[in-house]
Parts: sequence; C-alpha cells; structure tokens
Amino acid sequence: MGAQKKPAAAKVREDSEDLSRQRLQAILLADSFTTQFRSITLERPKVLLPIVNIPMIDYTLAWLESAGIEEVFVFCCAHSSQIIDYLKKSEWYTRPNPNLLVRTIVSHNSTSVGDALRYIYEQQTETSQIQGDFVLVSGDTVSNMPLADLIQQHRDRKKKDEKAIMTMVFKKQSRLGIGSDQLFVAVDPLTKQLLHYEECNSRGGDFCLDKSLLDSTVLCSDMQDCYIDICSPEVLSLFEDNFDYQHMRRHFVNGLLVDDIMGYKIFTHEIQSSCYAARIDNLRSYDTVSKDIIQRWTYPYVPNIDFSGNRPVKLGRRGIYRASDAVQSHTADVGASTVIGYGTKIGNGGKIYNSVIGNGCCIGSNVVIQGSYIWNNVTIEDGCEIRNAIVCDGVKVRAGAVLQPGVVLSFSVVVGRDFVVPAYSKVSLLQQPTTEDSDEELEYADSSSGTADHSSGLNNLQIESKASELGPDGAGYIWEICDSAHDEEWKHSVVPIPMDKLADITGAMDDDDIEDDIVVPPSGELKSDTDIINTDANDSYGDFEREVEEEFLSAVEKDNKADIVIPLINSHRLAYNMDSADCAGAVFYSMMRLAVKSPHNSATELYRNAMGVITKWKGVLGFYLKQTDAQIEVIMKFEEMCQESEELSPLFAKLLPFLYDKDVVQEDAILRWGEEKAGADDCDKVYLNKCESFIKWLKEASEEEEEDS
Amino acid sequence: MPDVQSTVVEFVNKLRKRKIEGSQATAKYTVELLRSVISHQRVPHANQAAALIDAVKAVGEQLIAANPVELAVGNVVRRVLHIIREEDLSLTTAAMGGLDLLDASDDDDVDNCKGIGFPAMSAAVVAAAARSTLRPPSLQTLLEGTPESATVPYTSSSGADSESKSKSADKSSLTRKLKHDVIEGVNQLIQEIAGCHEQIAEQAIEHIHQNEVILTLGSSRTVLEFLCAAKEKKRSFRVFVAEGAPRYQGHLLAKELVARGLQTTVITDSAVFAMISRVNMVIIGAHAVMANGGVIGPVGVNMAALAAQKHAVPFVVLAGSHKLCPLYPHNPEVLLNELRSPSELLDFGEFSDCLDFGAGSGSLQVVNPTFDYVPPNLVSLFITDTGGHNPSYMYRLIADYYSADDLVM
Repeated sequence: MGAQKKPAAAKVREDSEDLSRQRLQAILLADSFTTQFRSITLERPKVLLPIVNIPMIDYTLAWLESAGIEEVFVFCCAHSSQIIDYLKKSEWYTRPNPNLLVRTIVSHNSTSVGDALRYIYEQQTETSQIQGDFVLVSGDTVSNMPLADLIQQHRDRKKKDEKAIMTMVFKKQSRLGIGSDQLFVAVDPLTKQLLHYEECNSRGGDFCLDKSLLDSTVLCSDMQDCYIDICSPEVLSLFEDNFDYQHMRRHFVNGLLVDDIMGYKIFTHEIQSSCYAARIDNLRSYDTVSKDIIQRWTYPYVPNIDFSGNRPVKLGRRGIYRASDAVQSHTADVGASTVIGYGTKIGNGGKIYNSVIGNGCCIGSNVVIQGSYIWNNVTIEDGCEIRNAIVCDGVKVRAGAVLQPGVVLSFSVVVGRDFVVPAYSKVSLLQQPTTEDSDEELEYADSSSGTADHSSGLNNLQIESKASELGPDGAGYIWEICDSAHDEEWKHSVVPIPMDKLADITGAMDDDDIEDDIVVPPSGELKSDTDIINTDANDSYGDFEREVEEEFLSAVEKDNKADIVIPLINSHRLAYNMDSADCAGAVFYSMMRLAVKSPHNSATELYRNAMGVITKWKGVLGFYLKQTDAQIEVIMKFEEMCQESEELSPLFAKLLPFLYDKDVVQEDAILRWGEEKAGADDCDKVYLNKCESFIKWLKEASEEEEEDS
Repeated sequence: MPDVQSTVVEFVNKLRKRKIEGSQATAKYTVELLRSVISHQRVPHANQAAALIDAVKAVGEQLIAANPVELAVGNVVRRVLHIIREEDLSLTTAAMGGLDLLDASDDDDVDNCKGIGFPAMSAAVVAAAARSTLRPPSLQTLLEGTPESATVPYTSSSGADSESKSKSADKSSLTRKLKHDVIEGVNQLIQEIAGCHEQIAEQAIEHIHQNEVILTLGSSRTVLEFLCAAKEKKRSFRVFVAEGAPRYQGHLLAKELVARGLQTTVITDSAVFAMISRVNMVIIGAHAVMANGGVIGPVGVNMAALAAQKHAVPFVVLAGSHKLCPLYPHNPEVLLNELRSPSELLDFGEFSDCLDFGAGSGSLQVVNPTFDYVPPNLVSLFITDTGGHNPSYMYRLIADYYSADDLVM
C-alpha cells in the first residue's frame, strides 16, 4: 500500500504542474456597459436575454468550453444576482466533473470595461486567480471558432517579442447596414501587427494616417471587429496604470497605437471562412445573428442540438424548428426559417414567417407574426398583427392590436385591444429614465439599473394612473425617442433596411469606390488630370459658341456692317484660343439659328430666310473661309445642325448648291467632304446621299472644263 | 459509481457536440462505456438480468438522445441488451436442468436411479436443441452442463445438509456467472466491432476481378481495407473516387488508396453519371443499414445508386454488423439527415451581404445535408462480416442480433 501511494502522489504532482502550465482561462464581461438594449435591460441583464430561445451567455460559455478554455471568470455588474442565480441553476454548475470551471466576480461600481479590468487587477493581487494569458470576451459573443491554435500563436509570438501583449480577432464581412460604424484597419501584411484602428461614424469620412505607415500596409475597410481578444497579463496592468482608459477600443487600443515610448504591440488574426464569430451589440445585430443561427452558420450551436443543457427542438423541412409538444392548428401557416418553442399553442389561421416563438406562448387565431422575436410566456390574442418586433417575456397583446415595425415591448407589458403601437416604439412598464440621456454618448452603464427594483413599487402605483398610453386595458409607457437618434432609428432595429436607406448606403459605397480610384498610383493621377482638361475644353467651346451668337445677334439688331462685326468676333477668338475653322463653324451656326428663329410658315419661307441671311452676311462668314479645311468644317456643322433640327433637314440638298453659287463654299471643299463621307457608316451618309446628284454634276462640270481647256 | 457517471456525462457531451465522427468510432466508445456500466452495476440476488437491463437502458437513452442522427449508438445499446437477455435465458435453462438433477438424487432405489437417468438425458437434449440458435458463448454453458450431470451421481448418497450446501453454492455461482458471461459477450462484441474490417476484407477476393473499375464515394475505412485486400491478392483494378464536396472526404480516401499502391482517379460528384458507364461495380460504406434494407450513406450516394441502376452496374454496400439498425426509415425516432454549417459551402465573408433580409431584396439560403438515403431496390448486395446478403434478407439478419423487446426504448 505504501509503495502504491507514492506513484499516485507523483502523478498528482505532475498533473498539477501541467495544469498550472497549460491552464486556459477567459474573462467574460457579462455587461456591455452600453445602453443599446436599455428598455429591456432595465429589468434583466443583457447576457440572459434569449437569442433563438437560448440565453446569450450559454452560447459564449459553450463555445469557450469546446474551444478548450478550462476556467471562465464571469464579471457581473448590473443585475449580478440574476446572473449568479441563473448560472447556479444552469448546467455549468450542476454538471458533475465539468470541463469548464465557471466563477463569478461581482462589482457594482464599474461603469466601463476599464473599470472592470482594473477591479479584476485589484482582485488579482489578492487571489492570483488569472495565471498567464487569458481570453477577453463579452457575454454577448456567438462563435464557433477554435481558440487553442490562436492562443498558441499568441504565446509563441510573446516568446519572441515581449511587447506583443494582445491579439485581436477580425472577420471579413460585406454586409450593408450592420448597425455599427464602419471600421478602418491598417495591418502589416507580414507580421499581422495592427498599425491603425479607427471607427468612422459617417460613410465616406476622411481619416488621417501617418505617412510612414504607407510603405507596406494593408488597409482594410471591410473588416468587422469580433471583440475577441487574446491578452497577456500586461493588459491588466496597463489599465491599472492608465486610469483614464475606459473603452477597450477607443482608449486602450488607440492609446497603445499612439504611444511609441512603451512600444507595446497589438496583433491581428483573421477568421477563416469556415468559422463564425459575431457580437450582439445592438438590435440590428441581434436580428442578424439570430438569422445566422437559424441558417446554421453557427453549427454546432444550432437550435436542434443540445449544447448547453437546453432542450433541442426538431429541425423539419424548409428550415422550420418545431418543438415536439408544440400545438399548432392545421389551418395555421408556419413559413420558412421559423422556430417554435416548447409548450406553445398556435390558433387557427395564423401566419408566422421568419420569426422565433419562445416557450409557453399562446397565440390566438388569425394572428400575423412576421420577422419578429416572441420570447417566453407571451400571450397574443386573436387578430393581432406583429411585424419586425421584439416581444419580451410575459407580454400580453390583446385582440386586434397592431405592432408596427420596429417595436420593442419589454417585460410584462400589456397592449390594449385594437391599439396600434407606433413604429420604432420602445414600451416598458418602467418609466423612461430621463436623467441619463446626457450620459448616453459616453456609453456608461445605467446607474439606475441597480435601483430599478426599489422604484418598481412606485412605478406600479403610477402605472394605474397612466395606463391609457397603450389603450384602455393596456399597461406600460411608450418611451420617447431621442431627437438625435430619430433619423437613424431604422439603423438599430430588427426592421429590414428600407429601400431608400439601402439606396443611400449603396450610393455611399459607390462614392467610396470613386474615392478609391483617386488614390491610384501616379499613372492614374495623370489620367484624372487629362479628364479634367478635356472637360474644361468642352465647356469652353460651348461658351465661345454662345458668345459669338450673342455678338452676331446684336450686330443684326444694330444692322452693322461686316467690317465692324469681324473684329468683335476676333476678340472672342483670341480670348478662347480658337482656330479659324472654329470661328467659321460658330458664325455659320449663328446664321442658321437666325434663319430658324425668323417667322416663317412653311419650308419655302424658311428656305428664303436662309438664302437672305446667307446673302447678307456672307462677308463675315467668308472672312474665316479662306482655307478648304474651314469650308469643310462649315459643311459638317451644317450637317450636324440638320441632324438636330427637323426643319433644316429638308433644306440641306437645296442650300448646299446655294452656298456654292454664292461662292461661300468652293468646289474642292464639297468634293473632299464627299470623299471623306464615302468611307463613313450608312447612318452618316444620309445627307451625302441627298447631295449625290449635285456632287455628280460638280464632277461632270469639272470634266467639261478640263475638256474645254 | 460516480466514476461511471462522469464517464457517461463526458461521452454524452462529446456526442452532443458532434466531436466523435464515424459509426465505428462511435460504436466502439459506446460499447466500452456500457461494459463499464455493467461491471460497476450492483446486481441483486433476484432478477439480476432486469437490473442490468434497466441500467443499460437508462444510460442508452441518454446516449441516443445526445445525437439522434448517429444510429450506431442505438444499435450498440440494443446489441448489449440482447446479449444480457440471451445470457439470462441460457443460465435459466441450465439452472432448471441442474435442479432436476438434484431432485433426482433424492431417490435411493437403483432402478429408479437408472430410470431417472433417461429424463436427465432428455432435458439435456432439449437444452441443446434450444441452444442451437444461440451464439458461440452459449456453447460454453452447454459444455459446462455435462460435468454437473456427471458429478450428480457421486453426491446421491449425501444427506439433507449436503443438498442445502449445494443449492446455496449454485445460487452464488449463478449470480457471478451471469455478469461474467455478459461481460464476456460484450468483450466479444468489442472484438467484433474492431475486427469487422478484416472479416469484410477477406471477401474482397470473391467480388473484385481482374481489370475491373470500381467507383466509391465517401471516406470509409471498410471500403479502404476491402480494396487493399483485393490489391494484395494480385488483383489489378482501378478505383474512381468521387471527391465528396463540400467536405472533400474523397480526397482523403484517394490519398490513402494511392499510398497503398492502387490506381486511383478522382472525379467530381457531378461526374458520377458521366463515368458510371465505364464502371464495373460501385462499392460504398454505409452510415447505417435500416431494417428494410435501405442504406443511409454519405450525401450523393443515392445519385450514384440511381446512376448504377440506370447502367445496370452492381451496387455493393459494405457494412459492419454494428451498422445494422433494427428501425425502419419511417420510424419517428429515425432522423435521416443532419444539416451542417453552410460555411463548408460558402465563404461567410464574401456572401454575408446576400444573407441580409432587406426590404424587397431576395435572400440566400444554404443547405448542407450530411447523409443520403438509398432505397433497398437500388442495392445489389450487402457484404457484412458474416458474408454477402440480399437486401431482402436484412430483416432476418437483424432479427438475429436484436431482441424484439428492445426496438422501442
């Protein structure tokens, strides 16, 4: 017996050493320190809100367990007693010989991530709970990615470089309107070191980047931060030293990037396409992640698999998850991508599409539920319409009530009969906390959440006197929407993105693409300059043409002679740097416009007007027609005008011989124009065909002259 | 007892999170766990078999509920229950024979003793006839029965005290013998599961001929050993392997086949119909074989079976006995398919904008099933560790392995 005990003791000692050396730990922040879910989280912590009928924290803990984490410290702030009670009853505590140890740390004074980590650091000095590297996640994380390799990479990197204190996880995504700000990340492609991290509130915004970073940097704007961080113990001490660090990304990450003295480095890791990681930080992402879970992107954490002590629901055709004891009328229509929980009854003629129904719900007849999330023990009476809404536990919706898109009904709210809840309303039994509005931008935790229990009694008294907000038999307050968030309420809701907003986002993305073109290397810049020059040239010719026309019309009014008009036109020519051919075209254009504008009743009169104008002002035109090229330009200008004007079109065949008779256009010019047009397309030969007989006559005439000579 | 419970919980968790893949690995883990449950179970003096059956049933229900799609778990649980029932039946028969012999020893008359000898012989013949349909472990009991009848005449002259001593000794020995025999039966089941590859591979020589072309799908250890056994017997043939998108298990199988020296060609799943006219035989491994002779196999296997039927190509299914499922496809407990993550098909990052349910825009849904069901009329031959069988014979084979009482748990 003595001999047998010694090997056992040695084995225990070896196990202890291995455990201390390889123990994987995680810190799970059970509070997001934001107010995105305020109307709901006044009464229940965010990590206990169900997503596809399973609390968020169960997804995170199940993932950490399967990823090899051995110990998790759940940091509780708001509603800590609810979280502790839930964990005690859950599988994480009641399971014998668990692979994952779950411990809770409680602090009621923390109002930010920085405060939480500082509190953990103080606890660390007393209890030395955290040994070595740890994973820092939020309780609203849903993921199925493996962590062991990532942690090993982080540790190997730490051995080579002591200044590598954190590894952030990113995911490529191309979703529109995810609800969070667009992220610009600069990463060294070789070492994967993070060089720049910036969130832009508006699309197309500018940001400054150090010039030295442009040498070898990959700049990404389609990345999403998963808020999964592999941290070294230095992270905790840095939060302790810099007591002004509150936000993990805004202060800590950017602080380290800016600080060159300490030299600490942050590295990145991009998730492979076969893994999923997302955080539920607003109602929009709540909707998106719910649909990803239903579509099984988060496999094996899907509704029909028991991964955390939950009761799995059976997966049927068309992606419908239905509990075995759900009672559904045979006339009820349940569409695709719908989840129906245990003990739920659905009445006759119901229509349920793209929705999640929780456990113990009672749905009456002729109810329409579309794109909504109905949590547990909800009663929906006959004839209700619910679209794109979140309905929390214990809510009663009376008969005929309508929830317009974007409504959030908090716990135990009662919507009166035939009442219409306005779109994007947040309804709660508790009154809207008004004193916290000014602090919303700072994203601190709700200081009133700790006192919600005390004030609930008073609110119950007030509810009786103000029940008319939700109809005669309703109960609850409709919270007012902040003025600053009124225009963007669609962004943080479960309503699908409206068409006009989608067009705006797409347009903004197109603008981003155009801006990207401007940043191309110097060859692209030259091309851009060329385009600019061409644009200016086109504009200036139009201006010149208008100037000449105005000058010509004023000459006509004053009945000036050619000798006076020509210098005026020459001044414009010099100002716009034009050729004689351009002047000839502009003058001819003005003459034809004058003929068209003169009053005429028939084509014959228009023909006479044109002949009169040409006869009178041929001197001005002739000044610029001394070369054959200029004459060809006039003919082509005339052709162009005939294409644009229907009145002038029939006169082309008549006026061209007239121009020849008046010696405005010479024979050589007409023949050369004919030769050039002979090789053109058929559509460009319309006017050439009309003058074919005239050109033949010209050729025969020239031959006769040669014969005579 | 706490140790066994923690082992059960650990195994249940692995099943729930789909961490154990493959029917054979699952069956092996399950049968080893049930052996621990049986060995640690305290058995009362009365109704020992019922206590063991209840314990195995309780654990079995947990295991089956953890992963309803993996039918090998239920198969192994039912096999173990069948072993317990068989051993209980054989021991009861032997005990009755022993009591008869003891009663016979009460008479002192020589003539009566000679006359009673004949009824003892008759009982032995009846027991032997009853055991003829039982499995080899029962033969051991049959042989042990003979020494008892031989020793009885020597104690015929003893008094009442020796009779009571013999009875109590028999009772305690019966108790220990039941658990011991059950554990022996489970051990044989473990060896049977571990050795099913060799048993099936031994029959390869009879089915694969010279210069043949074999088509296979999925990554099956049984198929690999089957083909390599034919290779070792100097058969020269080629293997077409469908790649098995989106998990590309066919790539793994092709790599192993080439490493073992076989001529291998990898084709896409959609090329199966194009290549089936050049194929002499289709050989696949099964995930489960249902009682009606239908097969649950890797996704795409039904398409191959239909192509084989169209071109009159034999469709052969290799299945160890642990894959024989006593349920029918229409049983409500049977889940024929498991939808895995769409990320195996599409890159989430590149397609995430198609997943949004914007107003007026279409939506993209991705379905990634794991298994396919092949009806029995498409199967030409089943090769199990006991030989080749027709699909219509599967119900008879399943009746040998399972008790009717255990079909519904």
